[in-house]
This record gives sequence, structure tokens and C-alpha cells, in this order.
Amino acid sequence: MSNSIGELEGADFLLVVGSNTTESHPVIALRIKKAARQGARLVVVDPRRIELTRLAHRWLQLRLGTDIALFNAMAHVIIREGLYNAAFVREQTGSFDTLRKHLERYTPEYAAEATGIPPDAIVRSAREYAVASRAAIVYTLGVTEHSCGTHNVQALANLALLCGNFGKPSAGVNPLRGQNNVQGAGDVGCIPTELPGYQKVDDPAVRRKFEAAWGRPLPSRRGITKTTALDEVLKGRLRAVYIMGENTVVSDAHASRTQAALERLDFLVVQDIFMTETAQLAHVVLPAASYAEVDGTFTNTERRVQRVRKAVDPPGEAKPDWLILCELATRMGYHMAYSHPSEVWNEVARLAPIVGGISYARLEKEGGLQWPCPTQEHPGTPCLHADGLASRRGHFAPVDHVPPAETPDESYPLFLTTGRRRSTYHTGTMTGRASGFHLLVPHEWVEVNPQDAATLGLRDEEEVYVASRRGRVKARVKVTDRSPDGVVFMSFHFPESTRTNLLTSDAYDFVTETPEFKVCAVRLEKVKRGRRPRG
Amino acid sequence: MAEPVYVDGKHVPFREGQSILEVLRTAGVQLPDLCHDPRLGPQGTCRLCLVHVEGQPGLVAACATPAQPAMRVATDTEALRDYRRTVLELLLSELPPSRECPRCSTLGCCSLHAAAARFGAQEDRFPKLRFRQSSQDANPFIQRDYRWCIACYRCTRICGEWEMAGAIAPAGRGQGIHIRSFPTDRLLESPCTFCGQCIGTCPTGALTDRKAADQIGTGEVTRVRTICPYCGTGCGIHLIAQGGHLVGVEPDFSNPVNQGSLCVKGQFASWEFANSPDRLTTPLIRENGSFRQATWEEAYQLIATRLSEVRDTCGPDAIALWSSARATNEANYLMQKFARVVVGTNNIDNCART
Repeated sequence: MSNSIGELEGADFLLVVGSNTTESHPVIALRIKKAARQGARLVVVDPRRIELTRLAHRWLQLRLGTDIALFNAMAHVIIREGLYNAAFVREQTGSFDTLRKHLERYTPEYAAEATGIPPDAIVRSAREYAVASRAAIVYTLGVTEHSCGTHNVQALANLALLCGNFGKPSAGVNPLRGQNNVQGAGDVGCIPTELPGYQKVDDPAVRRKFEAAWGRPLPSRRGITKTTALDEVLKGRLRAVYIMGENTVVSDAHASRTQAALERLDFLVVQDIFMTETAQLAHVVLPAASYAEVDGTFTNTERRVQRVRKAVDPPGEAKPDWLILCELATRMGYHMAYSHPSEVWNEVARLAPIVGGISYARLEKEGGLQWPCPTQEHPGTPCLHADGLASRRGHFAPVDHVPPAETPDESYPLFLTTGRRRSTYHTGTMTGRASGFHLLVPHEWVEVNPQDAATLGLRDEEEVYVASRRGRVKARVKVTDRSPDGVVFMSFHFPESTRTNLLTSDAYDFVTETPEFKVCAVRLEKVKRGRRPRG
Repeated sequence: MAEPVYVDGKHVPFREGQSILEVLRTAGVQLPDLCHDPRLGPQGTCRLCLVHVEGQPGLVAACATPAQPAMRVATDTEALRDYRRTVLELLLSELPPSRECPRCSTLGCCSLHAAAARFGAQEDRFPKLRFRQSSQDANPFIQRDYRWCIACYRCTRICGEWEMAGAIAPAGRGQGIHIRSFPTDRLLESPCTFCGQCIGTCPTGALTDRKAADQIGTGEVTRVRTICPYCGTGCGIHLIAQGGHLVGVEPDFSNPVNQGSLCVKGQFASWEFANSPDRLTTPLIRENGSFRQATWEEAYQLIATRLSEVRDTCGPDAIALWSSARATNEANYLMQKFARVVVGTNNIDNCART
């Protein structure tokens, strides 16, 4: 997030895009609700009738995967009507003329055609965004999990740049991250192209610094992402994988391909707290300690580093992840030893300037600290770019609307979009073990619009097959107008009965390699009961 | 800066718009404030934060009165202490015997009984009234024993105004007032999201975490301040442990991220999995198609040998390491260090793309 969770309640305009906030980030949603109660305008962009649409002043129900057309048209209106922040654009951005030319054809009428949103609603939303004094954009995976995910984000960033919404409290562009430490995992260098603190692996000066600290030469070639790695396994070039704490074969797109790839490996290590579907494929499984059994830190979506504290001992012989890695490294000839996670953190802080001023002692005394926090005296940074973008101008990105990689046809006439539900989480390893939760969400539902259900002759709670070009799963029908006509929705929380990601697409964003979880084409088939055919 | 407020004779700076109660907090004066939740506006029903303000007739509720420049506030006179003790004694007369309080007897003292103890309120000063009725709702999450309800409306307000679920509301009037859900009194049939915030805000034992209550036994209870393991919000929680086992969770009201709020996962699903008998407890090695238990040393040696073989025959880039968005920064840092230094590859990624 460019800004902070708490700042959202001070916004006077909120554009919430592709984020079912009340279900996926219920506590952040409380701030959005508060802002709306205090009079902020709330515009929700989502193909589904999510809960927030009830609170919204306007719901822009776009067709799946047409975000860029909408945001480009909003930018078009803002430029055409002269509502942009001319001083900010002049002083802090670049490529404005390119953008203006690029957007000429993105009239509200053109976008209406693509998105299904009336031109008038686009024009009004654009004007309201532009004239608001503190306009925040909030988005989640509904924006990024598309083959055009990066372009979706850039189209949103164009809006924020046009209106000078960076470096201002309660404004900005705010992605809500989905997992407790997904921000931190990237911050500390678990990215194929970045060393800790987003320092580039292909910069020789950076590598020299880390080589001096770690006492070994470092590889200069960029690594590959998980998405590409699967191809590399199938081509026989990747032979061994070590997975720490991820149920890959359930959570990744096109699950049968993921599974086939992992099964082909010469060697697979899985380190986890449960015997997950992924661990079952491993050659060696290592028992890890859970979050309740370790000391350490997590970094939340607003870049806040917070202390995680040990409450109980791990069960049996299970060990903390950090200790396992140290013991293994030492046995492989590299001496890695720390007496406590705080020593590990001190090393991170020494090497990654963005967190250089954060220590366990400060976290103990001051609570969580938001990076950048380069020195011991620095109070942390709730709002990024407060000093302006001037040194690294924000360049407008002229991006175009492209349809999703797979769209419905005669054989697979429905869109499937996937996501989360409030009371279940990801692959169900944790919420699946919480008593009582089966009363809240008993099994996977495929949410079907009443009109589609009528056409297909489907009843509520009827079991159906959902089939795509890649696989077929069983789920129960939930007839609901949360799903628009022609779109069905599923989560992936019940892998034992419904492996939703057997259906999802191979397509991915060409920049971040994020799979297109949000769009693929499916059909629903009735499950034939065990009756013998007549005659 | 405006002229300060004088609290018991001491200068205390304040901002325009702050209530007297907020100014008292700055001054380190803690008054009992049973109906007050800072996330909501003032309620003013419990009458326990009443203070004396010079020049004003009668007592004023600190939570509902804006602070004014040069205001002179007295918080701790003999009369105020008497008054508070009497109000608390009246409240106790509405409730069953204190020793039976569902919160005090499990997770620790509730705010009401803490205040009663602090001001020396007597259980039997007034004859007991007829108690409110406990709800018959058998949902597995929220225990609703309204015999302990003092009608402060924190639960209905947190549900209606803050979570905006509107699952519960006050019904009836006067002494007959009670809290119920709609359309039936079963929360599972109401719009309740089971965020548990009503439990977090309840100042008495009326609303408690049924899961924790079922788990808790005898022995010392410890609380450890940490962070919820689910989404990227990073809500502060207290993990509650007893005898080396987790028995429950409470929200951390001091964490600025969630200010004491949680969702259904944080409140009701963040600790049972760690106690699960399904947890992996020893290293496992696959042999002839099935797993056998192994020692750490065996597992380490096997991994070291096989990874070294692949690295030596196919090069370091034939190995990839996938780290976890669920693990700590420290574990993630060491995973990428292991990849780059021990294996010699930049093939390190995490689950950010799922």
C-alpha cells in the first residue's frame, strides 16, 4: 500500500476495485465502512454483487476482465474535462502527452461497449475521483490475477498520477495483500530478481555488498519464478525443488499440470506443519513449527513490520523454519548459525536499507514500524512519496484493453472466476481444522446466477460437475445473484472434495507471471445419479 | 495550542474535539468506562466515568462531554468514589453471584468485576433483582449468557455501527431490555459474520468465546502478544495458552492496525490447527512408495546429498526453492540466503502469485 490501513477511514472518495474486502480483508473493510459512514463516496468496481456493493454509492458492474477499458475511459474524461492536477502532472510525472494521445479513443461510450457500464456512470465516477481531495484506490487480486494484471495496475496508477494522489494522506494506490507475510517474503529477497530490500541481483555493486556479508560468490543470473519453473520441470531442466510452507498443488493454477511437474522431479523436499497434498509428493518431509511456536516478524500489507512471539513449544520434533535452514546449510558446508531470530533480523536490517532502522528492541518499545525506516531515529513511513515523486518521476503507462486469455465459447459457455470466502482460507489446512466452521461454509459451492440456473435446470445445493479444458470437479450449486449472468464463482478451500484449481487457466501475466485465476471458461454438467438408463 | 485542561489540579494539553475521557487517558487517569469503546462514539449509559467539572451543576459523563480550554476536572473525590461504588453495587444486584462470572472464571477478570473490586463494591449491598435470561443459542462460537448483561449496548453498536452486520439489537424496554438476534435468536440464522467483536467489546461475562471456554481447564493462563496468521492485514492478537497448549485468542486493542477488531478467522480459527493431532512431528522419508519416520540427521544427510548431486551434475539452476508467504521474515531471509549461498541459484520465489 502506498498509504496505511488507518488512513483509509479519512478518505473522501474510495475506488474499490477487484477486492471483496468484507470477506477477504474484513478488518480493513471496517475502515472503508467507517469512511462511508462519515460521508466518503464509495465506488465499487466488481463483476460480482459483493457485500460492499450494498454500501456503495455506485457499483460499476463491469464485465470480467475489462478493467483497463474502464480506467482508461475515466482517465480520458479527467483529461478531456481538464480535471487533472496540472501542477502535479508537470512537476512529478512523465509521458503525459503520450498518455493523452493514447487515451483519445477511450471515450466513455467506447468503454461502455467493452465493460457494460453506462457511459454516464463512468463520467460521474471519473469526475468524483478527480475532484475529491483525498481519493484512495484500493485493489486486490481481482486486478492482478489476470493475464493483463500489470496493465490493470498501471491503468489505475495513471488515474492516481493524473490527480496527484501520491504522497497524500488517505489517498494513493493501495493493494491489499492476501497472506500474513507475503509482503515480507518479497521484502527480504524471496524473489528471483531481487536480493533483500529490493536490491537487484544483476547489479554487480549490490552483489559485491552481499558477497562481502555472506562470504560466498553469488549467482548473477536472474532466477525463474514458480510459474516458469513448472515448464522447466516438464522440459527436464529443473530437477529438484525445496518448498517451505506452501500447498502448491492445491493453490496454483492448472493443478493437474502442477502435480505432474512435481511428480517428475528427481527430488522434492517439503517443509510444512501438515501432511498437505503437496507434501504427499515429497521425497523428504520436514516438520515445521507454526506461527504460534516461533519468534520472528511478519510484514503486513501497509509495510508494517510486527513482532511474532512464541506462545507454546512445537509438537514432537518439529522445529522452526529458520533453525532447519541453518542446520541444513551447515551440513552442506556453509556455516549458518544464529542464537535467536533477532540475530537474523539484525543481518536483514544491516543489508536492506529499507528496514535498516528497525530492531526487535524498537518493535518491543514502539510496536510495528512501517518501512522505509532507514535509521534508528526514523519514525517509519505510513505514507509513501510524501516528499514527492520528483527524483523518480511517475511515468504514465499507455496500456490497452485486451480480452482474457480464455473466453467462453459453445463448449465452455460460462466464465469461471475464483476467489476467497470470509470464513475459509486458501487450501483449508488451517480453517479446515477449526471446529464449527463447517456450519458456516460446509463445502465448495459454485455460485450460479438464477437466470443461468434456470436455463440449465439447476437447483440450489444440487451437485454438478464444473468442467474446463483442463479438468473437471464436483461442487454444489448455490443459486445467487452475487454471480452475474454468465459468470460462476468458486473458491479453492475444499481440496479433498473439490480441487478448483484443476479448472483454472495456464495463462499468466507476462510481467509478474501471476496466473489468470480470475478468468477461465467452464461448463456445468449435471451429475447423473446412479440410476440405470431406461430401456 | 489551546489552554490546557486541569485534571485534579494538573495541566493536561488537549486537542479540540477530544472528550474529557480522552484527555484523562492522556493524563494517565483510568476511569471505569464500561459502556465505552473508542471505536464507537460515546454511549453514556453506564454512568461510571462521571466526573466533577468546576462551575457545572451535577456530575458529567467524561465520555460524552467535550473538553474545553481551562476546564477544571476532578476525578477522584470521596463523593465520586462513593457514587461509583453505588452504581457498581446496583449493577451487581442485576447479575448472578460474581464468582460464577463466565469470563472471570475462565480467561480472567472482566471489566465490570475489575471495577467492582477496585472500588470495593459489595455484592450484597442491594437485594438481587430478577436476572435477564440467557440465550438458548447453541452456536459453537459465541456464548450468549445475558444473565450477565448490563445493557451497555457495546455489542449491538459494534455489530450495527462498526461491523455493520446488524445481527443483534436491543429488544424490550427498561429492566426488561434484552439483546437478541434476528429473525430468530440463533446467530447462525442471522446476518452474523462471527467476527467475535461483540465478545471483544463486552465488559462483562455476557458474551464469551465458547471455543476457548470449552478448552480451558485449571492452571495458569498466559497471554502472548503476536500477529494473526491469516491475511495481510496483520491484526494484533493475544494467544492464550494453558499448560503448553493454545486455548484461545483475544484481540490486541493496543495494535493500531485492528484496534481490537478481528474477523471470524482471527477470533475462531487461529489456534486450533496448531494443536491438531495431524501436525507433522518427525521428519519423513519416502521409501518404496510410502513414508517412514526418520531422524533429523538422516533427513538432513539425505537432502544434503541429493541437492549436492543435482547441483554437481546439472548445475545450481536445476534446483529451485519456494519460500512461504506464511513464514516469518527471518525464515524467508534464510531461505533466500540458502538458495543463493548454499545452492548457488537465484531460483528463489514465494507464493505471492497465488
